[in-house]
Amino acid sequence: MRINPKVSEKIAKVLIWAAALFVLTVLFAIIIYILYKGLPMINWSFLTEIPRNMGRDGGIASAIVGTLLVTTVALVLAVPFGIGTAFYLAEYTREGIVRRIIRFSAESLAGIPSIVYGLFGFIFFVMYLNLGWSVLSGGLTLAVMILPTVIRTSEEAIRAVPDSYREVSFSLGGTKWQTIIKAVFPSAIQGISNGIILGIGRCVAETAAVMLTAGGALRMASSLFSPTRTMAVHFYILAREGISMNNAYGTAALLIILIFIINVVANALVNRFTAKNK
Amino acid sequence: MKLKENISKYIFLTLAFSSISALALITVFIIINGVPIIAEVGIINFIFGMSWAPSHGEYGIFPMIIGSVTVTLGAAVLGVPIGVCCAIFLTEFAPPTLSKLFRPAIQLLAGIPSVVYGFWGLLFIVPFIRNFFGGPGLSILAGSVILAIMVLPTVISITEVSILALPKQYREGALALGMTHWQTIRSVILPSAKSGIVAAVILGIGRAIGETMAVIMVLGNAVAVPESILDPVRTLTTNIGIEMGYASGTHRQALFATGIVLFIIIMVLNATAQYITRKKK
Amino acid sequence: MSEHVKIKIEDLNIFFEKKQVVHGLTLDVRANEILSIFGPAGSGITTLLRSLNRLNELIPTSRIEGSILLDDKSIYDSDVSLTELRRKVGMVFDVPTPLPMSIFDNIAYGPRLKGEKNRKVLGEIVEKALQEAALWDEVKNRLKASALSLSGGQQQRLCIARVLALDPDVILLDRPCSGLDPISTSKIEDSLTQLKDRFTIILAPHNTQQAGRVSNRVAFMLMGELIEEGFSDDVFYNPKDHRTNDYITGRFG
Repeated sequence: MRINPKVSEKIAKVLIWAAALFVLTVLFAIIIYILYKGLPMINWSFLTEIPRNMGRDGGIASAIVGTLLVTTVALVLAVPFGIGTAFYLAEYTREGIVRRIIRFSAESLAGIPSIVYGLFGFIFFVMYLNLGWSVLSGGLTLAVMILPTVIRTSEEAIRAVPDSYREVSFSLGGTKWQTIIKAVFPSAIQGISNGIILGIGRCVAETAAVMLTAGGALRMASSLFSPTRTMAVHFYILAREGISMNNAYGTAALLIILIFIINVVANALVNRFTAKNK
Repeated sequence: MKLKENISKYIFLTLAFSSISALALITVFIIINGVPIIAEVGIINFIFGMSWAPSHGEYGIFPMIIGSVTVTLGAAVLGVPIGVCCAIFLTEFAPPTLSKLFRPAIQLLAGIPSVVYGFWGLLFIVPFIRNFFGGPGLSILAGSVILAIMVLPTVISITEVSILALPKQYREGALALGMTHWQTIRSVILPSAKSGIVAAVILGIGRAIGETMAVIMVLGNAVAVPESILDPVRTLTTNIGIEMGYASGTHRQALFATGIVLFIIIMVLNATAQYITRKKK
Repeated sequence: MSEHVKIKIEDLNIFFEKKQVVHGLTLDVRANEILSIFGPAGSGITTLLRSLNRLNELIPTSRIEGSILLDDKSIYDSDVSLTELRRKVGMVFDVPTPLPMSIFDNIAYGPRLKGEKNRKVLGEIVEKALQEAALWDEVKNRLKASALSLSGGQQQRLCIARVLALDPDVILLDRPCSGLDPISTSKIEDSLTQLKDRFTIILAPHNTQQAGRVSNRVAFMLMGELIEEGFSDDVFYNPKDHRTNDYITGRFG
């Protein structure tokens, strides 16, 4: 029996709306629950005190600092190398087998589970280079982890710059370097920074890879070689070991707020970019 | 001038070369550290071995492979239809105000640390399953539900892009033939966007198979071949996550070997997704 | 127009991979003239123009034979600086191509590449160039606005000003008015006739009428070959070759 098109249209519409509203509900359920439980925990001493008693008491200052340090190390390395690689691929190589191989590798490596990056970081940075569990090992591991993403998004942004910009720059007597710096880079910068912000988000949210390479020390990190824990790792340990649910909720709420801010900044950048190109 | 040009070119070349070597290094290191144990145990015994007992030198990862596959399949079964529906909703039905809310929400969903999902699952999904379906609650089903939510952003955004990429004429042509909106979607839009949707599903599966921290909290992590979706399992990733902290010697090598298996799975999935999207162009 | 030969093209052949786009072309361009090179689409005119400032070299598969002399010196000599050549031979493209920056920065782009940093000098260059391109009055109060906010015709005059800011010898214009309305077109044509006193202009017009309106001399190209060249009136009223006659009377193309 054929269903009347009008009826099937109605059914489909209802199902699709239901799916969409369901997803929104789940998302808000997660976020609101965490914020509801966590926000009351966040106060000045929570943000500025070091965890005491394995994290049962005190704040999460050292985990906040740890997150910032590890993420900074990762960015300082991944950003120049990632952007440089992207420019090399987009501006100095021709479409061909080599570029295809590099792009395939970058794409595949972007999909490799973070735990595998953690394995690599542990055996290479922690053990082989003898950096121990440290800010540096964690940052280096995260740098390698976000490198494929930075390369890919930057290369896409660079290749989205119209060829006519390059032609104009060359026709006005620009050298290749001048053309890249003065015509291509400013036009690609928003796309590139969007990729970097995605990378920051991944660094902040990452748990598995950092736990294996930066360790889980509760102390405030005093140098690049000190072990540390990040907020995500701190949350995981608190929640899994059942040390302090309240502090776990507080940490999670702070993480969600941080991710939210990172997303807002990224969207503002994209919007500015699209508005400018209209 | 010429000199400056050459210098800048070599700087770019050096940066590119270092990045690519770093990425190659990962592959090489994982392989070097994992291959010896596979050679020792034998590839068949390693992959199809039913017993994982590092203290007795037994390294068979078949239960973990079953764990990864079942949890991921469950996530795909639950997540893909919802994700595709959301993408259709966004491109075809959503009022502008709602889609303005929806897109950032999906982004946020993608950015939330996986441990937070795991924790939420532990608090709500696991007790729910225990009370309504029985069993320990820590189970394949719990992992699948959490992963289904986590793959939504991947499935939704890639599907949405492939629907939006369709020429406007497809839609207009179908509507001009007197098709209803839903008929247009079902018989014109979805078939034309098929390769993009398949790629979205594959990449979503890749994300699910690679996830560690979320599932570590809800799967129960028992090394055994499950009999139902209410049984606890351990996946390839959680196996590494749980044991890496204290493993040494051949045990550690066996974890690297598990990493190789994951690596190969992701490579194959990625190559398939790329092949499908390229074929379309 | 003077008798001095500014550009001497001799037996020029241009290839892209195996496909030959320009066939044995020989042509003199005199100083301070407007030379229009016209012909149906795909005649190799754009390629010819782009060979005069060696812009074809951006396409790796291109290959060139023959000689092009600028002021009696080959532009393909090994001691020729590519950047200086391109400053001397400026180019305006068929679609307006403002860079995504302010009007001021667009015009100052070339002089800055040359190393000019003095804000005051740059300001003078920008004003002069905009005045010569007949755009100054329309934009003088919003030099900091994005160049992308200008209309199509204004954008194209901006591109002309950008070339003028480099103080070139030769200006190549590749169908500069193809997407513009008649009013914008006539503004650009007016400024071109003013400019020829100081520059040598080679124009690929978007139709034969434009060639007739603005040029001193014209050349007709067909399928990569130069069919005929001469003073505008001679070529348009007394074409020597029947193919020229067919084209301008609209019998093909």
